[in-house]
Amino acid sequence: MTPLIEVEDLRISFPTAKGSFDAVRGVSFTLGREKLGIVGESGSGKSLTGRALMRLLTPAAQLSAKRLAFDGQDLLQATPRDLRRIRGRRISLVLQDPKYALNPVMTVGEQIGEAFRTHHRVSRAEARAKTLAMLEAVRIRNPVRVHDLYPHEVSGGMGQRIMIAMMLIPEPDLLIADEPTSALDVTVQMQVLAILDDLVTQRGMGLIFISHDLNLVASFCDRILVMYAGRIVEECRASELHAATHPYTRGLLASLPRIEESRAELAVLTRDPAWLTA
Amino acid sequence: MIDIRDLTVTFGRGTQAVAAVRGLSLHVGEGESFGLVGESGSGKSTVLRVLTGLNEKWQGSASLAGLSVARRDRRFPRLVQMVFQDPYGSLHPRHTVDHALSEPLAIHGIEDANERVSRALEQVGLGPAFRFRYPHQLSGGQRQRVAIARALMLEPKVLLLDEPTSALDVSVQAEILNLLRRLRDERGLTYLLVSHNLAVVAHMCDRLAVMNRGVVVEEMAVDTLRRQEPAEAYTRQLLLASRGYDREVARAMITYD
Repeated sequence: MTPLIEVEDLRISFPTAKGSFDAVRGVSFTLGREKLGIVGESGSGKSLTGRALMRLLTPAAQLSAKRLAFDGQDLLQATPRDLRRIRGRRISLVLQDPKYALNPVMTVGEQIGEAFRTHHRVSRAEARAKTLAMLEAVRIRNPVRVHDLYPHEVSGGMGQRIMIAMMLIPEPDLLIADEPTSALDVTVQMQVLAILDDLVTQRGMGLIFISHDLNLVASFCDRILVMYAGRIVEECRASELHAATHPYTRGLLASLPRIEESRAELAVLTRDPAWLTA
Repeated sequence: MIDIRDLTVTFGRGTQAVAAVRGLSLHVGEGESFGLVGESGSGKSTVLRVLTGLNEKWQGSASLAGLSVARRDRRFPRLVQMVFQDPYGSLHPRHTVDHALSEPLAIHGIEDANERVSRALEQVGLGPAFRFRYPHQLSGGQRQRVAIARALMLEPKVLLLDEPTSALDVSVQAEILNLLRRLRDERGLTYLLVSHNLAVVAHMCDRLAVMNRGVVVEEMAVDTLRRQEPAEAYTRQLLLASRGYDREVARAMITYD
């Protein structure tokens, strides 16, 4: 079976006044029908890697790769027309903040329906029925009422579920979620993750979960890639994150305060220049 | 040091009125570090805004070191200061670090500003090289250090910390939390820390109160939290959710009103 995603030696750089800045430097991985976590700090290149899979980088970004393929199809050679058939329909992207990602002047139902009708030739009535079903699937209690609300009228947690509904309605094969729960309260976060978990399991989708939260990723995903300064420094089973061997991963884990223990001081990460290359 | 009784804060009026804080009482002793925990909308930040005078309409009584918060005078800024959540938003983008740190001194007519600014920078672990930089030339962690230095310029006794590390990476969070603990030890400061992160509160505080929808659900010593033995179901659910994803826990979640 072809893997959903094949990435080999992905590089992304930006031209600056002082020469080119390499944001992603030789990232390689493959993804099957699984939950893959990408963790790292701000600036580690994790979000750019996610965007590159949809070819959604700014024109200034220079992208190169030995291979960048989705379901066997070469994304580097894909025309804008090919890409439009993939984006949303086969790979979709859930962003961090529903306040900015949703269209403020369209009702929730209209924008979810639009996502469906862009990729499927159906009547408005059918799209509406499908939208209501989808809202129910993301556990919105009163779909008929929420359908006609505007984004500013819903809470953060509900906004995030609406965005997930919009991304799932075209029934993609791969969902890329970039910090999908960072803006949410912990209890709401749990509920949103449970929805993602169920949908991935039931529909056999692939999921790339991009986050800075190590514990969350370890408890939610199957496999983890740890990124540092544009490179993957460690790859492990999520259940074995506590046994990580790279000093960067170990340093991150040690710097987290824990509820159970009392320490006078938290371990501070000392960055070793060797991590940039080793 | 901090004494709040029957605090009620209402926003809006008539049928639109929302009570953000409903009859809250709490007491924080001198030199103590007290945590206020809760989800968004629980009213925890509103309590801090009342104490700093950023929110002027409230009922009840609130005092700091025996001074009523309602009658604000010039002594207040020298008694209490606040550090905000977002270091990208809380520093003036067109003021240098030097400008941000010397402004409170100028307002309060304090001499030897030059000396004090360089000492403050040193204390938060920033060298003299940072003194004439603008916020955009600093990382998030460095900005938060500047914000902490600014809060300490008038040598207050109380620091109000509103989610001081939630916008930072975990490695930077550790540095800032260590800095805050060191400063408290050195200066005998009283902290009132607002956070949604139970681990941060467990690390930083002696006691804490858990808030939900404007009321204190439960108040406890930090050891009770460490032993995972809170009395209220709401707190237990919050604790479980903080431990990471668990399918069964997620299924069993309830909404508490």
